[in-house]
Amino acid sequence: MKASISEKRGRRSIRETAIERILFLAGITATISVALITIFIFGSGIPALLDSGFVNFLVGTNWSPANGSYGTLPLTAGTMAVTLTALVLGIPTGIACAVFLSEILHRKAARVFKFAIELLAGIPSVVYGFFGLIVVVPAVRTYILPLVRLWDPDAHTTGLSILSGAIILAVMILPTIVSLSENAISSVPAEYREASLALGANKRQTITGVLIPAARSGILASIILGMGRAIGETMAILLITGNVAVLPKSLLDPVATLTGTIAMEMSYASASHQQALFAVGIILFIIIMLLNAVAQGVSKRMGVNQ
Amino acid sequence: MGNNSNAAMRPETQFEIRDLDLFYDKFQALHHVDMDILKNRVTALIGPSGCGKSTFIRTLNRMNDLIPIVKITGSVKFDGTDIFGRDCDVIALRKKVGMVFQKPNPFPKTVYENIVYGPRIHGEKNKRKLDELVEMSLKQVALWDEVKDRLHKPALGLSGGQQQRLCIARCLAVEPEVILMDEPTSALDPVATLKIEELMSSLRERYTIVIVTHNMQQAGRISDFTSFFLNGEVIETDHTDAIFSNPSNSKTEEYITGRFG
Repeated sequence: MKASISEKRGRRSIRETAIERILFLAGITATISVALITIFIFGSGIPALLDSGFVNFLVGTNWSPANGSYGTLPLTAGTMAVTLTALVLGIPTGIACAVFLSEILHRKAARVFKFAIELLAGIPSVVYGFFGLIVVVPAVRTYILPLVRLWDPDAHTTGLSILSGAIILAVMILPTIVSLSENAISSVPAEYREASLALGANKRQTITGVLIPAARSGILASIILGMGRAIGETMAILLITGNVAVLPKSLLDPVATLTGTIAMEMSYASASHQQALFAVGIILFIIIMLLNAVAQGVSKRMGVNQ
Repeated sequence: MGNNSNAAMRPETQFEIRDLDLFYDKFQALHHVDMDILKNRVTALIGPSGCGKSTFIRTLNRMNDLIPIVKITGSVKFDGTDIFGRDCDVIALRKKVGMVFQKPNPFPKTVYENIVYGPRIHGEKNKRKLDELVEMSLKQVALWDEVKDRLHKPALGLSGGQQQRLCIARCLAVEPEVILMDEPTSALDPVATLKIEELMSSLRERYTIVIVTHNMQQAGRISDFTSFFLNGEVIETDHTDAIFSNPSNSKTEEYITGRFG
């Protein structure tokens, strides 16, 4: 008896250990991948940074690989301009949509709306780019440009511009902002809503005075995730922003982005050009890391404040 | 004795409830409720769980409007105006009829912001007036000394009893006439409960209080009138002394003596 029990236990513990090992391997794969990618990018990019000089590389305004000049400011500016404009368009729309879904629309209808918005997230980004190229770019040229000319007669654009890119990006980040914000607002305890209404607040006052502030950390998280997506987006932006590595002066100017430049030039780049593109990758990497850190810091602070 | 005591004996009616029926979809939660709730008196609603007390009290400030399946017939008059009538402004009603909930529910804001929320939505912008309101409301609930140094700290950092007093102060800050309390002490410990009860007896002079309670000793200690609910009906309403010493209905007596419920 005793022997068979201990034997069984022995066999079981081997199986347990094996499973643990497998899970450990799976878990560490992710960590190792991140480490390898980081080492690889930094290893390949740092020579270019050293060659051009760190400061020159960051704030140089001339990106012309053919002449061996690698100033990335136009690219960073392009990425920032498109991303920030997309956020300006996308955040109010997204939050308003989330409020509409969670507080105003009837629950059954809201489910249909939510499904539609989640479908947006499933559309491949090249399709967004294609749509932007065929619809948004001409629209900006034929409808927005005449408006702008009313006060700036010299304005001109082909439609391939920051604005077109930002419009498409705004739509692309909507699913992230809407679904996370909607979750955050819906999960505000019903007691807060009741307390506000019982004090004689109307619906609008309750939404702006209690619900949105109570859901702010979730809403903020949704914005930062949306921003992350916007910065990393490549294909759609590549098709509609025109890819001109020059510092933009207006929203109607074309720009090149960090990601778009890497994607376009990597296939033919060689030697120092390729290293420079890896260095652009480092910049992107650092921007996104900073963003994540800020996101975590902010949501932690807000959590404590509650 | 004289005019004064006469007036005290016949106070005005704050709420006049006649033949009130309330349905959750097909389930009838209140049956033909008739009741007069008197001004500046404490009225306690007692009865076993699920008997309709909370549903009833939430009818008085129309909080049941939030539940779409609720249907109400009959009439509830507040100071003579039908609260379900076309000319009743629900916002104005809720401003005059404040509510304190079972679970303390301060907003996730600072102590100060919790108090000024109500006055602000009703249009008060003057900083000094708001500061005064905060101090006055917190003093009324005997919370001022405990929180005056942390007015701008999160309200959720207060203890449960403090939070509930803050909720009462928040309610007082919009200067209501009536305070509805839905089991305000059921989530609190005995010491905090005692404080809330003391608070209620200090508020009774200036406000009409309607309180739902599971605790019959509490009803006995704090109320002038007690109404016994059973299965959505009001079995009887009377002076609290009379209900507890000499109930006219045998069901009331059975409940009070603990034979069911």
